[in-house]
Amino acid sequence: MDSEAAGVLPRVEPTAAIQRAAGRNRRFTQTVEKVIEAWVKLTAMSAILTIFLIFVFVGREALPLLWEDPQPGLEHEVVNWSTLAGPTHYPDRPSRFMWQPVSNVPKYNLPPLIVGTLKTTIIAILFAAPLAILAAIMSSEFAPRWLREIVKPTIELLAGIPSVVLGFFALMVLASWLQDLLGLRLRLNALNAGIALGLAVIPIIFTVAEDALTTVPKSYREASFALGANRWETAIKIVVPAALPGIFAGVVLGFGRAVGETMIVLMASGNAATTTWSFTDSVRTLSATVAAELGEVVFGSPHYRVLFLIGVLLFVFTFAVNLCGEMYVQRLNGRLEGSRS
Amino acid sequence: MKKSSRSNPIGVVFVALCGIATATIVAMLAVILGQIVWFGAPGVSLEFLSAAPSEGMRGGGIGPAIFGTFALVVLMTIAVVPMGVLTAIYLVEYSKPGSRFAKAVNIAVSNLAGVPSIVFGLFGLGFFVQFLGGTIDSTLFDGKLVFGQPAIIWAALTLALLTLPVVIVTTQEALRAVPANAREASLALGATRWQTVYKVVLPQCTAGVLTGGILAVSRGAGEVAPIMFTGAAYFLPSLPTKLNDQFMELGYHIYVMSTQSPNVEQTKPILFATVFVLLALTFILNAAAIGIRSRFRQSLRPSDA
Repeated sequence: MDSEAAGVLPRVEPTAAIQRAAGRNRRFTQTVEKVIEAWVKLTAMSAILTIFLIFVFVGREALPLLWEDPQPGLEHEVVNWSTLAGPTHYPDRPSRFMWQPVSNVPKYNLPPLIVGTLKTTIIAILFAAPLAILAAIMSSEFAPRWLREIVKPTIELLAGIPSVVLGFFALMVLASWLQDLLGLRLRLNALNAGIALGLAVIPIIFTVAEDALTTVPKSYREASFALGANRWETAIKIVVPAALPGIFAGVVLGFGRAVGETMIVLMASGNAATTTWSFTDSVRTLSATVAAELGEVVFGSPHYRVLFLIGVLLFVFTFAVNLCGEMYVQRLNGRLEGSRS
Repeated sequence: MKKSSRSNPIGVVFVALCGIATATIVAMLAVILGQIVWFGAPGVSLEFLSAAPSEGMRGGGIGPAIFGTFALVVLMTIAVVPMGVLTAIYLVEYSKPGSRFAKAVNIAVSNLAGVPSIVFGLFGLGFFVQFLGGTIDSTLFDGKLVFGQPAIIWAALTLALLTLPVVIVTTQEALRAVPANAREASLALGATRWQTVYKVVLPQCTAGVLTGGILAVSRGAGEVAPIMFTGAAYFLPSLPTKLNDQFMELGYHIYVMSTQSPNVEQTKPILFATVFVLLALTFILNAAAIGIRSRFRQSLRPSDA
């Protein structure tokens, strides 16, 4: 074996220097590798860090409201939980819920804004959910290939429309149509904003619901067909119930989006802070209030802090809603996968 | 049995309802696009695209707004793509399956995608403009107001955080599509993990990364709420040239022009044309992203088999 090796190539014993160099090289590579891994991991943390920073920095501007002494000259602008929850009391008139941040005696009652947000959101969901869910069932259960090839890009296009464009459409076109059609007193109202908001929510509900429907295992459908059920029976009695948590999650995620959506409601709702439950009154939502008023407030004033507090409320609320939605999606996947094995 | 249930009215009605819902959605999109194209397209000309607004927004064009939008998304892309791609690389290539940290990152990403855009606007103002900009000013510029005010860099960074989930999710999908044997071959040849990622995996998913970048740009170009308080301005006499300049932006232009114009009827043609331009821009970007992605999927398929 010695002679064989010697015949082909003389074997060079690595000198101590070469060994050291190789070791150094390997150690260098390993160090670089470790540094890169740490850097990648650190960057991955940015998403978590962002969520954390959003909470901290939006809260940082809002919270002094609750313990800071009123600034000199602004003693009458006392803001605390009871002024936020309202109503505003008057000596000579009945108490009312008021959002009137720019006045001699600013009033910061949140209920009008909350009612406004709920009204537009409810209309949006009532409008979007049936359409999106039925279309999702159509697309996953009944539609021939060609129809699916129209529906999918339609939804993607709809999802791609910037919200300012939807707001513009609602403001310039839809509002006039609705007013003529229903003989409404006010051009910009909760109904108008809600429908436009629904247009933004449809793609979300559709996508999540369709995902849920298509993840229902084929074996479910086959078993149903084998028992003699036809397509719509299978769809209603087997596939939809199995996918229900996912469909529900879609509605929940759509709700979260609708609550936080800003430009559409800002442009299409009329922005009057009222507490009526009529769907044809103008409304002012939480998000639109921030967008409309933040540009003109004095930094550090109670008004400024209340707007950030609204931001905190929106953030916490949508965070909770999204977490619920995600949980439902995951539970559905777990359930269907568990039953597949 | 089968015949009777097929002619069952409930079934017919249900399928018909599903069909009507689908048709309604398609029709609504057609109406929206139709209106905007019909009233907007005639107003678009080369001069409109390049000129500055004049006569108190009743005349001229949207050149500065297009330039501002462009500058904004370029800055945003520079910030978001490396951050998003590295995060995706961590999640797909480095994290161990079922690791707690990876799970936390995933939850954070999906929640970040759900944070309302107006909250990003508040965050941008509170964190970037006030805190970061304010700190830079007080340490580097002796408290002179340089970065502690709304500026294009802060708007771009705010948008970068908003679009981060888009890039992460798209890149993750692209990385997962690279077959495992490519990685195994590389590792078996003695390459380290990073060498494998950098020289073997990433080159195979440039298209995926590109898709993520384009989708982020199309999303960012249409967002108004996050940039309202972090840098966008309604009218500026000059184009932004420095990172701390304010800028004009298409979406913000549409918002202000349609809500605060004293005479909407007069600005209507210009408004529709501006909306048409913004919509065309986002759709072209989206179409490009979809095209690149489907090509990318096809190119990977043969090596999968």
